[in-house]
Amino acid sequence: MINTKLNPKLFDEDMEMVSMREGFGEGLVMAGEENPQVVVLTADLEESTKVEAFAQKFPQRFVEVGVAEQNLAAVASGLAAVGKIPFMTSYAVFSPGRNWEQIRTTICYNNQSVKIIGSHAGLNVGADGATHQALEDVALMRVLPNMVVISPCDSLEAKKATLEIAKLKRPCYLRLLRDKTVVMTTKDTPFKIGQAEVFQEGQDVTVIACGQMVYQALLAARQLQESNISVRVINCSTIKPLDKKAILKAAEETGGIVTVEEHQAAGGLGSAVAEFLSGQYPIPVKIIGVEDKFGQSGEGAELLEKYGLTGKEIIKGILTVLRMKGKHFNG
Amino acid sequence: MSLSAQKIAELEAKATFIREDIITMLYQAGSGHSAGPLGMADIFTALYFHILRHNCKNPQWQDRDRLVLSNGHICPVLYATLAHAGYFPHHELLTLRKLGSRLQGHPHRGSLLGLETTSGPLGLGLSQSSGMALAGLRDEAKWRVVCLMSDAEQDCGNVWEAVLFAGKYKLHNLTALIDRNNIQIDGFTEDVMPLEPLKEKYEAFGWHVLEIDGHNFEAIIGSFEEAKAIFEKPTLIIAHTIPGKGVDFMENDFQWHGKPPDKEEARKALKELRSLQGKIQPGHHD
Ligand SMILES: Cc1ncc(C[n+]2csc(CCOP(=O)(O)OP(=O)(O)O)c2C)c(N)n1
Ligand SMILES: [Mg+2]
Repeated sequence: MINTKLNPKLFDEDMEMVSMREGFGEGLVMAGEENPQVVVLTADLEESTKVEAFAQKFPQRFVEVGVAEQNLAAVASGLAAVGKIPFMTSYAVFSPGRNWEQIRTTICYNNQSVKIIGSHAGLNVGADGATHQALEDVALMRVLPNMVVISPCDSLEAKKATLEIAKLKRPCYLRLLRDKTVVMTTKDTPFKIGQAEVFQEGQDVTVIACGQMVYQALLAARQLQESNISVRVINCSTIKPLDKKAILKAAEETGGIVTVEEHQAAGGLGSAVAEFLSGQYPIPVKIIGVEDKFGQSGEGAELLEKYGLTGKEIIKGILTVLRMKGKHFNG
Repeated sequence: MSLSAQKIAELEAKATFIREDIITMLYQAGSGHSAGPLGMADIFTALYFHILRHNCKNPQWQDRDRLVLSNGHICPVLYATLAHAGYFPHHELLTLRKLGSRLQGHPHRGSLLGLETTSGPLGLGLSQSSGMALAGLRDEAKWRVVCLMSDAEQDCGNVWEAVLFAGKYKLHNLTALIDRNNIQIDGFTEDVMPLEPLKEKYEAFGWHVLEIDGHNFEAIIGSFEEAKAIFEKPTLIIAHTIPGKGVDFMENDFQWHGKPPDKEEARKALKELRSLQGKIQPGHHD
């Protein structure tokens, strides 16, 4: 059964498509209106990271550092040290890629309330190629103490997450994609940091996904209904802190887990889930992600296909897990 | 040094063909960067058809000069030049940015012979060039290293670590060149993050610095020859270029940093380039 708070046009042809960075940009202006301490920094990527509207509205609270992501992070830390709430934006490969140690020491170890916005993550950037496709950013951020890691599933969730992290007095990483993606949620869909949402109820197996992969998971679940396989789909947008309660419940009730993310299979959401379950409730977990490879140029959809991040692969993963569970099924 | 008028005319004609290819490739790809590649077409032409020691039949020739493109986003000009220089079939230029292509959206060393390194993320080329140059010096190799950078790249801290390093080790077999076109994504460089006085900065770090018109073949070739003659110091050439050079509606407009021409724009651009009959007039600017 599909969550009633989701977009009713979810599977329609004319499904609404909006980019996550768009949602972030809107949320940022609202966060700026709510709290005068919110400031924004960018590294020569004002338009593509969607901070233009904020910059126009609050020119005194906007900082351009040029192509200097290491300086970006450490300056943001300094701003936070004296009470500001800095949002620093760039592409995820550069921030938190290039400036990882600056983030580790000056932001996380200092526990400064800096918001790191990594846009253009995943294979979704397409034609720019592997240099620009961040597939390691979640792993990099997830291992840092104090850090909160959020990978929203759509533009609306990105907007809600932006407003929420502005209020949280901790370092946060928000992962965004460039291209338009399906708007799965509505303004009524709950969003709370640290809380995973069940987007579809199911009893045989659970798919835990984040980012635009949540949509692929819903498609896979829908297709398997025809074979009488009941798949639970969880949107796990907060990767850290992990919603252990929801995951444990899913493990107990469905006995098998598939995770999906637009990221290296190593180190991301799947690893987080497996790390937790292996010590608490060891059951089969199949991790779907990019298998230890760099991406390449191509169109977003082509690349997802090429690197195995589609509903089809999720179905394969589900069948594998069901087999591991020793359950009989048709198909 | 003097180049014959005929040689200059040949280089100018070649650069125009390369510019035409850049337009066609970008239009076909549907994404990519226009301004930088057009602005650097004359310098690439001079490098591959006069300055560098290289061999398209043997791209991994031990004694070749190493060309490191640090600002990888201008790779359409590198690819077009390599095709004209015989590194791969010309028609392959139309695969730029497509799935499975050797011509990745940003250059990938493992994809195409003739590329010395992977780039796109800014600010990393000068350090790699310095490593190559240091090894070359210590091995008393004859080959030289050329590092091409953009002006916005000078914002990156990593560049200045390399500037210090190359000064310390007196890497006189290293010639760096900055595409001084004054634009970056968020606007003009002097508004986004002022760089001037750039010449004096490099000089203070132990470099020999030249400033040239990056569309004047005699000046381009002359500056690389001067760099060869300088001992005890690495040389920086600040090449003043016009972003979008050769296509009137693209020139000097930072909006053209990161987008390709559409069909109509491509047609207009090609018409304009062809009407130059193989000649681009050297730019006049300050
Ligand atoms: C480390 C890093 N940060 C950000 C970017 C995104 N980016 C691509 S090009 C560019 C700057 C463009 O200016 P310039 O390098 O002078 O190139 P031009 O437009 O003059 O060709 C930026 C910020 C990048 N490629 N690398
Ligand atoms: Mg520039």
